[in-house]
Amino acid sequence: MANPKPEELAKIDYQPPKTGWMDTPTVFKPGIFPYACKPKSLETVGFPNPRQWSVKDEDWKLPPNWQEIFIEGLRERVSKYRSFRLFLDICVRCGACADKCHFFIGGGDPKNMPVLRGELLRSVYRKYCTTTGRIMGKIAGARDLTTDVLKEIWYYAFQCTECRRCSLFCPYGIDTAEITILARELLNLLGLNIEWIAGPVANCWLTGNHLGLQPHTIKDAFDMFCDDIETITGIRVTPTFNRKGAEILFVIPSGSMFADPGTFTCMGELLLLHELGLDYTWSTFASEGGDFGFFTTNEMAKRLHAKIYEEAKRLKVKWIMGGECGHMWRVWHQYHNTWYGPVDFLEEPVSPITGTKFENAKSNKTIHICEFTADLIKHGKLNFDKSRNDNLIVTFHDSCNVSRGMGMFEEPRYIIQNVCNNFYEMPPQTIREQTFCCGSGAGLNASENMESRLRGGLPRANAVKYVAKKYGVNMLACICAIDRAALPPLMDYWVPGVRVTGVHEMVANALICKGEKKRTTNLRGEPLPGMEGE
Amino acid sequence: MYNGGKIIIGLIIFVGLIALPFVFSGKGASAKPEPKLDTPEILKLPETERKCVESKEYMKREHMKLLNEWRDWVVRDGLTIYTSSSGKQYTMSLQNTCMKCHSNKTKFCDECHNYTAVKPYCWDCHIKPKEKEL
Amino acid sequence: MGIIFSFFAVIALIVIVFIGVQGANLHYLFGVVIPYAAFFIFLLGVIYRVLQWGRIPVPFRIPTTAGQQKSHPWIKTNPIDNPFTATGVFIRMAFEVLLFRSLFRNTKAELRDGPILSYGSTKWLWLGGLAFHYTFLIILTRHLRFFFEPIPGVIKIIESLDGFFQVGAPVLYLTDLIFIAAVTFLFLRRVVIPQVRYISLAQDYFPLFLIFSIGLTGVLMRYFLKTDVVGIKELTMGLVTFKPVVPKDINIIFYIHLFLVSTLFIYFPMSKLMHMAGVFLSPTRNLANNNRAEMHVNPWNYPVKVHTYEEYENDFRDKMKAAGLPVEKE
Repeated sequence: MANPKPEELAKIDYQPPKTGWMDTPTVFKPGIFPYACKPKSLETVGFPNPRQWSVKDEDWKLPPNWQEIFIEGLRERVSKYRSFRLFLDICVRCGACADKCHFFIGGGDPKNMPVLRGELLRSVYRKYCTTTGRIMGKIAGARDLTTDVLKEIWYYAFQCTECRRCSLFCPYGIDTAEITILARELLNLLGLNIEWIAGPVANCWLTGNHLGLQPHTIKDAFDMFCDDIETITGIRVTPTFNRKGAEILFVIPSGSMFADPGTFTCMGELLLLHELGLDYTWSTFASEGGDFGFFTTNEMAKRLHAKIYEEAKRLKVKWIMGGECGHMWRVWHQYHNTWYGPVDFLEEPVSPITGTKFENAKSNKTIHICEFTADLIKHGKLNFDKSRNDNLIVTFHDSCNVSRGMGMFEEPRYIIQNVCNNFYEMPPQTIREQTFCCGSGAGLNASENMESRLRGGLPRANAVKYVAKKYGVNMLACICAIDRAALPPLMDYWVPGVRVTGVHEMVANALICKGEKKRTTNLRGEPLPGMEGE
Repeated sequence: MYNGGKIIIGLIIFVGLIALPFVFSGKGASAKPEPKLDTPEILKLPETERKCVESKEYMKREHMKLLNEWRDWVVRDGLTIYTSSSGKQYTMSLQNTCMKCHSNKTKFCDECHNYTAVKPYCWDCHIKPKEKEL
Repeated sequence: MGIIFSFFAVIALIVIVFIGVQGANLHYLFGVVIPYAAFFIFLLGVIYRVLQWGRIPVPFRIPTTAGQQKSHPWIKTNPIDNPFTATGVFIRMAFEVLLFRSLFRNTKAELRDGPILSYGSTKWLWLGGLAFHYTFLIILTRHLRFFFEPIPGVIKIIESLDGFFQVGAPVLYLTDLIFIAAVTFLFLRRVVIPQVRYISLAQDYFPLFLIFSIGLTGVLMRYFLKTDVVGIKELTMGLVTFKPVVPKDINIIFYIHLFLVSTLFIYFPMSKLMHMAGVFLSPTRNLANNNRAEMHVNPWNYPVKVHTYEEYENDFRDKMKAAGLPVEKE
């Protein structure tokens, strides 16, 4: 569907309706919600209640005992997650989170204020899990779980990208991501997922990656990358796949194997790791670092994530390195040690090039490629011709998960500043821990909810626009696969002329490799600065 | 992970703080202040004349306000005479009127003031009466 | 609706005291029985709620990282906003609890034509919240003069500092002024800011009205209506020594004050006011960001059904072989 013009979309009314939120019915607007999941996607992984249903239909074909399922699920989860219970209990509705959410800033829908998005579920929790709510009902902020309420919860659970920006500002650290994650778990019990999440989950289950790339397809894709790299640099890189006895298993989000501009990041990584002569392997089985299971249930996240450690064990590598991805690192950093620890079949990561011990990863034995590369640069192991990136005026978008779920701010910046000459920061309230989401995270980068994505992306895009105007920024660097997929259309819409790149694409472009020919183009095949005529 | 130990420590601190008044209510917990009205000046007066400038109830509640007003009237407005609600006239003076009868500061004023942690700043300017008992 | 309900709920509480004390002469009930009950409900209620939370595990270590992580020694970390150690967590929590660190970050988003979004720093909520909580704490501490005899020096010092300017008699407490102003501010922003009004429930207005009324009756009692302070202390000392007495002639305003405080105590454990204890337990704040260096154990972690490599190879063996990829079984 056609999106409204930016000027129209930017006319945002923040005034809440006259009627109270419980009495204001939720209208499902096209362009805001993603499409319902297909039964096959759920069946593949054994999710409950698969069926053909449509969001636009009045009847969502819920199982007859859906209320019981939902409420039992809720009761179970408030007794398993202290975070969830606490966050449902102690919100004081101070409103500090209200204008922190990119969806609220870009859309003005009051139910997108994190506090109110939380209240949607909190009201149900009060009714069925607290005494005051049961007795006093509406005056205590409690309400019955009706189909309308369920649909409302669904509508807004899929308008939250779990970016945690609200949790940064909350005086009690209430994390709406946590509420959304568990709300989605509850919806999933009723088969109420979206295809953009459920489809990749099913793919990932069968093929090891979200895109459903089969082993030979991956191999083919890499052959193409290698050909391109050879054309551009004169160097033939020779990646190995599923190789036993390699020192390092390298895992990236599959998005970087398939779609521009992520593919250029993947090529950048190929070239860098080749130049280092690193003893590493790719895996066609552990061919996905990201984990859309994380957007369905924590159990599914764990089920999909298992393959990475399983593969590391099978290939007998020493440690694991992960590529540029956002929620992948939320999961790797904050979850997977808990799921699979103790990881005693791997060794504490040591860079074979610099000898640096990665003590911060000594338990789960996984490091981020930016940590790895920053260490290389610090030790002077890489030679760069920064001028090859002189046509780029760069700013850096901190991916929400890596920022607020890990705190990796300096490493990518250090790399960028070593490989390009023109780097400018966006305003401080829009970067680092205060960074704004691309608007499409947590499995919401479908096309049918484009209006929602453009609205949610407005704060990010607006900050880019600011530096584009002020410094002429024309390249938005990021370290997240969803960003690389979601930011290009966002930029085209709000800030035409700004393109998107992964950090390691810029690294490879500037990297002076042994035995390379005189480069005339970058990895995208575009002329390098000063080489336009050649 | 539960962090049970830390939670228990937190609760113990909480209960400890709350229990402080119960455990350490103090030596004088059951003592009651008994302001003495047995100064020689008062005892000299006949029983019926033993009255303050205003009623006992009024003085008990409002003496601080009355003293405050007296100070303002005397020091700022230059007035010297107070006409009580019964029509009787008094010289407004802490030292010469009030303390003339209530010469026992420690046994009269301080008795209640200490009990309720009230520290009037009368004696920042006025000279404390010399009490014989001390 | 919430605001009206809450307002009349507090009015009703006051009326109850009038009927009970003035009308039915139930001084003992309102002076002794209800305060005792309220106190124990508060104490046991808070403990119950905290233990209830404590029984629920923290399955994952999910701190909100608000600064640079610890990675390489040459990268300056932010050991407080992104703590790696228990000490760091302790300092982070101290900042959070004592200074409302997160609220201090608060910004206000503004949209102008263009569109141009800007985010100004806004400290009003932080300032109002801090003023409210700290004056409340000081006032509470000051009240301890009614529960100790002799009165500890600390309490006397706090009191004399609070009345430093020696305005009027009884001396005006600065905290009284700030407290009433802060509660009023917190109430007004709830009513005036459209978004905050929209999210406010009865349970947000009720404690505000209740606490405001407590402050107001306290102020009335101290500065205007006056009552027998010595008598009140006899009553309170009777309570803490478990020898309850109800002196005569204590003004009704005291009973109203006491009943409202009792109501707050009873209401506390079953309400959002439990954020007082909850803030200490918040998993996004009280955990170190050292997930990759130290394993966090989830007590209910369980094995899950996975898609094994063997199954994968069975699905794709031919294709893998054709593409020259190594396989386990030929």
